[in-house]
Amino acid sequence: MELFGQTVICGILLGGMYALIAIGMTLIMGVMKIINLAHGALVMVGMYVTYFCFQEFGIDPYFGMFLSMPVLFFIGCLIQKYMINRLVEVESILPENQVLLTVGIMLVLTEAARLIFKSDYRSVATGYSSSTVFLGGMSISVPMVIGFFIAMVFTFLLHLFLTKTDLGKSIRATSQDRDAATYLGVNASRITMITFGIGSALAATGGSLLLPLFYLWPDIGHLFTAKSFIITILGGMGSTMGAIIGGLILGMAESLGATYISMGYKDMVGLVIFLLVLLFLPGGFRSLAKR
Amino acid sequence: MKNKSVLINIAVLLAALLVPVVIKAPYHLHIIILIIIWSIIGTAWNLLGGYAGQVSFGHAAFFGLGAYSAGLLKFHFDISPWWGVLLGPIIATLVSLPIGLICFRLRGPYFALAMLSLGEIFRLLFTNLSNFTNGARGVMIMPDITSKMFYYYISLFILVLTLFTTYRIVNSKVGYYLVSIREDQDAATSLGIPTTLYKNLALLPSAFFTGMAGAFYMNYVAFIDPNIVFNLSNVSVMVILVVMLGGVATTWGPTVGAAIYIFLGELFRATLGSANVLVFGVLVCLIILFLPNGIVGEMNTLKRLVRRKKGLPGGERNEFLRG
Repeated sequence: MELFGQTVICGILLGGMYALIAIGMTLIMGVMKIINLAHGALVMVGMYVTYFCFQEFGIDPYFGMFLSMPVLFFIGCLIQKYMINRLVEVESILPENQVLLTVGIMLVLTEAARLIFKSDYRSVATGYSSSTVFLGGMSISVPMVIGFFIAMVFTFLLHLFLTKTDLGKSIRATSQDRDAATYLGVNASRITMITFGIGSALAATGGSLLLPLFYLWPDIGHLFTAKSFIITILGGMGSTMGAIIGGLILGMAESLGATYISMGYKDMVGLVIFLLVLLFLPGGFRSLAKR
Repeated sequence: MKNKSVLINIAVLLAALLVPVVIKAPYHLHIIILIIIWSIIGTAWNLLGGYAGQVSFGHAAFFGLGAYSAGLLKFHFDISPWWGVLLGPIIATLVSLPIGLICFRLRGPYFALAMLSLGEIFRLLFTNLSNFTNGARGVMIMPDITSKMFYYYISLFILVLTLFTTYRIVNSKVGYYLVSIREDQDAATSLGIPTTLYKNLALLPSAFFTGMAGAFYMNYVAFIDPNIVFNLSNVSVMVILVVMLGGVATTWGPTVGAAIYIFLGELFRATLGSANVLVFGVLVCLIILFLPNGIVGEMNTLKRLVRRKKGLPGGERNEFLRG
């Protein structure tokens, strides 16, 4: 029972942080209607920025992320404005070449990181990295708890931003109907750029929160791309609430799978759930709530 | 017009048959064999992804299944892996049946994602079923034949077979159905085309030849592990890039794409050192931004422009096929 409880709690905590990364992706997907395979690479870049701050200036990862967020916001805006946006105007047979462009961006980011930081596995050794708290008989890692709460705070702030501010409302309007939003005076291309930036910044935040828990190497991006896809589909595209629920479900499924099936099949559990949801519940869990 | 293109094709084939006579260096032949392997996969992918418009991010699954069928024949039963070149495609085709039934319920980006996750599922499955597949240690065989020339002709034969089959399918009724599905699936359905059936008909040969390429790869390279043959970025995405570069929905596009890709890849590796993949990635971005329909695809547009200026007819059929 204690093992079960620990597994579930661990999964929920991890899932909350995954959710933050996935919200970034779901925002971008909602506004731009493209599959962004470079999202994991953006997470990776965010993690490296935080890592660099820690290594060179001794800035704690939880403060370093406030540096990596604006950096990634800027990178995201540039990528959207000068690469992906240009492709919208180009005519081609397969609309999927936008996806391929994001693959190209992913390659460039990953290899640039490899060139600068080499392929070595790196980790951030802070005083609290391996400390745990005990809850009954269950031991829970401290960085997980801190990360989870910060992730939830950010999600709440983002929710406020999207529902209360003008800019947030414009983002939601653009994602619902781009043309209608344009008629009503929303500068859709500017909003798209800002959304890509915010999505990237959220990816960086999620990555920085996970930095004390994960090893860091240039290819770690693939892992996060896969996870945020699964979460986005689970929760329904473009839904913040859905992404949180999807993240929690994925986190729990992974940690239950790792404990009770085997560590090697951990990633497969998520993928199988992903396929099943895609087939039988195409709107994600959000469509259940609407019924 | 038709006779001319047949003559050109025969001339290209003859030139290809003479290649090992001219090029003797094993390294150069190795590069050419790699190009041919990628042309086979690219052509097979193009049938489903280019003509039918069902962009698959999971062709590594078929490639890996073909490769593993050949490797495991030797590993478990001590049967020559060359039988795998027959068995591999059959297994890949059989597996593609349920995959098609599942994934063709989905459209566009959702289909792409479903295939992507299926490819990853196969990779994880073959990594973890270590009793059967020898897990991450991979399968290694001792090849009986080491002459590159032999492998060259076998791979060339498979490529010709693939190109011919694809060409016949594309220029038949089925081919037009596939293009109509790509252009507008709802319109195709309303005209009475059973879209799911025809998508499956495109998937089966696609999986078949990808599996064959996989089995040949096993025989040629003699070592595989799940992270090589089921790799998402080095197989599934690579094949899409090859086709995109060469020209989506063109007969020769994948071959041209593969030739340029492998050649540039080797060139960069030799000259740029550790920055080679970075330059490659930049190149990918540039190609997609400025040559969205690939080299062969843009060539047709250029020709058409020239023709329109001169007021000459021609190229209608191609135009229709490409939409």
